[in-house]
Amino acid sequence: MAHKILIVDDEPNIVISLEFLMKKEGFEVAVATDGDEALAKVASFAPDLMLLDVMMPKKSGFEVCEALRADANNASLQIVMLTAKGRDTEVAKGLAIGADAYMTKPFSTKELVAKVKSMLGVC
Amino acid sequence: MLSGWFILLLSTVYMAILFAVARFGDARADAGKSIISANVYALSLAVYCTSWTFYGSVGRATSGGLSFLTIYIGPTLMLLMTGVILKMIRISKVHRITSIADFIASRYGKSQLLAGLVTIIAVIGVVPYIALQLKAISASLDVLLLDSDAGFLPWWLDSTFLIAGLLAVFTILFGTRHLDATERHEGMVAAVAFESVVKLLAFLAVGLFVTYGMFGGLSDLFQRAAASPELGRLLQLDSSRAGTWTAMILLSGLAIIFLPRQFQIIVVENVNESHLKRAVWLFPLYLLLINIFVLPLAIGGLLHFQGQPFNADTFVLTLPLSRGAEGLALLVFIGGLSAATGMVIVETIALSTMVCNDLVMPWLLRSSRIGASKDLSRLLIGIRRAAITLILLLGYIYFRAAGEAYALVGIGLISFAAVAQFAPAMFGGMYWKQGTRAGAVAGLLGGFAVWLYTLLLPSFARSGWIGNSFVEQGLFGIAGLKAQALFGMSGLDEISHSLWWSLLVNLGLYIIVSLNSRPDAVEAGQAERFVDVFRHSTQETDTRIWRGRASMDELVNLLERFLGPARAQQQLSIFANERGTTNWRNLPADADLVHFAEAQLAGAIGSASARVMVSSVAQEEEIGLEEVLDILDEATQVRAYSRELEAKSQELEEATTELRAVNERLRELDKMKDDFISTVTHELRTPLTSIRALSEMLHEDPRMELNDRKRFLGIIVSETERLTRLINQILDMAKLESGRAEWTTSEVDVRDVVRESMDSLGQLFREKGVALSGELPETCPLVMADRDRLTQVMINLLSNAVKFVAGETGKVHVRLSADDERVRIEVSDNGPGLTADECTVIFEKFRQGGNTMTDKPQGTGLGLPISRQIVEYFGGNLWVESEPGAGANFIFTVPLPGPEEQQ
Repeated sequence: MAHKILIVDDEPNIVISLEFLMKKEGFEVAVATDGDEALAKVASFAPDLMLLDVMMPKKSGFEVCEALRADANNASLQIVMLTAKGRDTEVAKGLAIGADAYMTKPFSTKELVAKVKSMLGVC
Repeated sequence: MLSGWFILLLSTVYMAILFAVARFGDARADAGKSIISANVYALSLAVYCTSWTFYGSVGRATSGGLSFLTIYIGPTLMLLMTGVILKMIRISKVHRITSIADFIASRYGKSQLLAGLVTIIAVIGVVPYIALQLKAISASLDVLLLDSDAGFLPWWLDSTFLIAGLLAVFTILFGTRHLDATERHEGMVAAVAFESVVKLLAFLAVGLFVTYGMFGGLSDLFQRAAASPELGRLLQLDSSRAGTWTAMILLSGLAIIFLPRQFQIIVVENVNESHLKRAVWLFPLYLLLINIFVLPLAIGGLLHFQGQPFNADTFVLTLPLSRGAEGLALLVFIGGLSAATGMVIVETIALSTMVCNDLVMPWLLRSSRIGASKDLSRLLIGIRRAAITLILLLGYIYFRAAGEAYALVGIGLISFAAVAQFAPAMFGGMYWKQGTRAGAVAGLLGGFAVWLYTLLLPSFARSGWIGNSFVEQGLFGIAGLKAQALFGMSGLDEISHSLWWSLLVNLGLYIIVSLNSRPDAVEAGQAERFVDVFRHSTQETDTRIWRGRASMDELVNLLERFLGPARAQQQLSIFANERGTTNWRNLPADADLVHFAEAQLAGAIGSASARVMVSSVAQEEEIGLEEVLDILDEATQVRAYSRELEAKSQELEEATTELRAVNERLRELDKMKDDFISTVTHELRTPLTSIRALSEMLHEDPRMELNDRKRFLGIIVSETERLTRLINQILDMAKLESGRAEWTTSEVDVRDVVRESMDSLGQLFREKGVALSGELPETCPLVMADRDRLTQVMINLLSNAVKFVAGETGKVHVRLSADDERVRIEVSDNGPGLTADECTVIFEKFRQGGNTMTDKPQGTGLGLPISRQIVEYFGGNLWVESEPGAGANFIFTVPLPGPEEQQ
């Protein structure tokens, strides 16, 4: 059975490219465009992994990540943070909050796919 | 029935206890464990309360009512001036002052003349007071022995003489027990404090006995007094005597510090300046307690002895005796004895020190009768013992001679008025550097003469010793010179009259003569050190003012002669230790040592004699007045420098604070710049992310479906455009902010700008189905501006509007108007509107309004900030008026050129 991936970003063009990329790799994909929607989709779609943008309206990626980690039901959910702000403090903050991996925009599609696969244990 | 022998025995036992207390105090002082605490010090001040208080207050209250209180209000007020007394104590410690005569003499250039003068005034003024104490003891004995065998003593020996003799012996034992004649006597202070407790307890005991034992308490007494017209007067404050009250308060306030015994106790015997703080409230409390029963006793006595002959001064004895309470009467007698002996012992010691140091020593030193003698400390003790005996003998003679001439209170006030003469020279010396020796001598002599003429001699005349014509008719029959109505000033009581004239003459002469005389070098130096004692507390200044040569042997010899060999060497060792040497023989005979030797001698023989002795063994160079003033001035300059330094460091501190604030602002700016760069980075990376991801996928998958391929390439193109636009706007913004933007200013018709902008965006509006309407006036004044920049603003506002209104139903309206000062352009829409917060936020960089996902790539978040920069550059304003749900109205103004610019 295919792994489920939730893509969360407020930039439509980035969502389009990520969605296409992940579907091509054979994952089942859902999309959310802000923090609140992301939390709702986690509950309804039950993804295995989440690609989470940091700078978003309503709830930032950090807030979403914190909310998810506060709930023990989501312990198995893997979170990859995506940010266009490349500062070290952002990376450190994301990992401290409970993200499993961190990618800086713009990212290499190969690297992102490799990272997602290794995290899900598919090779 | 009380036997004379029994009373004598009791008195002797009491004196022996006193002596034991003193021995204990001395032993503890020798062991370095002083028993002089703040409480002991405060209690010892109560030596102020003599037998005059003990017996006389009641007597005074029977005639003057509440006015007896003045004698206690004055000291209370004086003690409140803690600063003055503290300064006196500090000066005395620094200069090792031994008496009030020494104090005044030292201030005015260590003058032997002044020291002698003050001593003579003190002795003449105070001997009657000592006589008064003897009289009190004698009177109290008479009352106790009224009915017993008055002739228990042989005819040649009367009881008062016996008591005077006993007092002399005890005073000698108390005050001159030590072979070294230094200025402090801790044992004596302890004994005096003990006596203060005894007399207070005795007085309270008789007060309680009379008030509650013989009468029905305080209210009963006062009610009875109020019922009788004669006694009721005692309870009233008599306003016609206000002048007397003022004079009495002043007089007693001065007496509390200038009576030789008070100066001795408060200043010389003070071991710790902080003790004064306790005394300031404890001593007034003591006075209050000892006065509580004065009025009840006076009223009780007057009620009890109504219609019989009585002596109000002995009510405290006769009242208990009338009820047969002999034990209480004996306690009261001991209390009175305490009051009298305490006063006599301290007063006599203080006077004998003054007589020895300031009268006898100068005479001996001048007549060089003591040249050969090796150890003079025994001689010093001998002189003091002789002086004690002599003073008491004088007191006894005065007592015998004066007899019943005067009531007790009269003599006490005469003494007070005599020592009040020290006030101008003392206070002036402490606070006025211009006061000179000549001024002090003139003031003291003048004041003393007036006191003698208006107070002491009239009291002699009243005793019948001299004719009283100078009182009745005036000297040489001149009415203006009547001793108690000088220059026609009558209507005052004799004490107020004498105090007024003597202090006026004293103060006047002191000031006038001081202003017209010049001090010599020693005097100017002392004046500086007294007045500024808190600055010159180190010895540095002292040693710099001395220049000359001295021999170690001669100085040591001098010390050994006056202090005794043992004490001299002990003091030298202490001094050597302070200077870091173990053996004093290795000390250099420099200015420090000379100064030390002089201070030690001053403690033993007074500052004036010490000065004479030291200058006799050291070859001193004369230092001129100018030079002394220069040296002292240097000290002043050093102080000025340190003040300057203080000010500098204050400035530095301020500068540091300012720097810190600037630094803080810089850090904020730095953080803002950081945030800005971080935001710009984010804005640049976002389109790059899509471009890179999509290009990589196209690149890797050549067989991608044509539809996807087209769609992706479309996105890549639009994202590249967005990126370009963003970079252009950032550069534009940077130019505007740094002021490097290029401006082509010319006359512009704003209507053209509006029309062109509307035309160029017409297509965009039609595509979205948004209605665009304009409202332009017939004519419009020209403005000075950059046409292209204004168009940029206009297009920005219009494209914002079309972006946020709904398709098909959206409406955007442009309105142009002008008045005398400016052109105003409004762009209003019927979009979602803005909250009050958003109305400010949207003008910040990279902050976009709404959450419109659809059009997001169109905005950079820099349009409005750039537009505002442009409008403000032309001197106008750009703002928005909006409410949520009510559409938004963006308005900007461009000012018209001023009249002069138009021409």
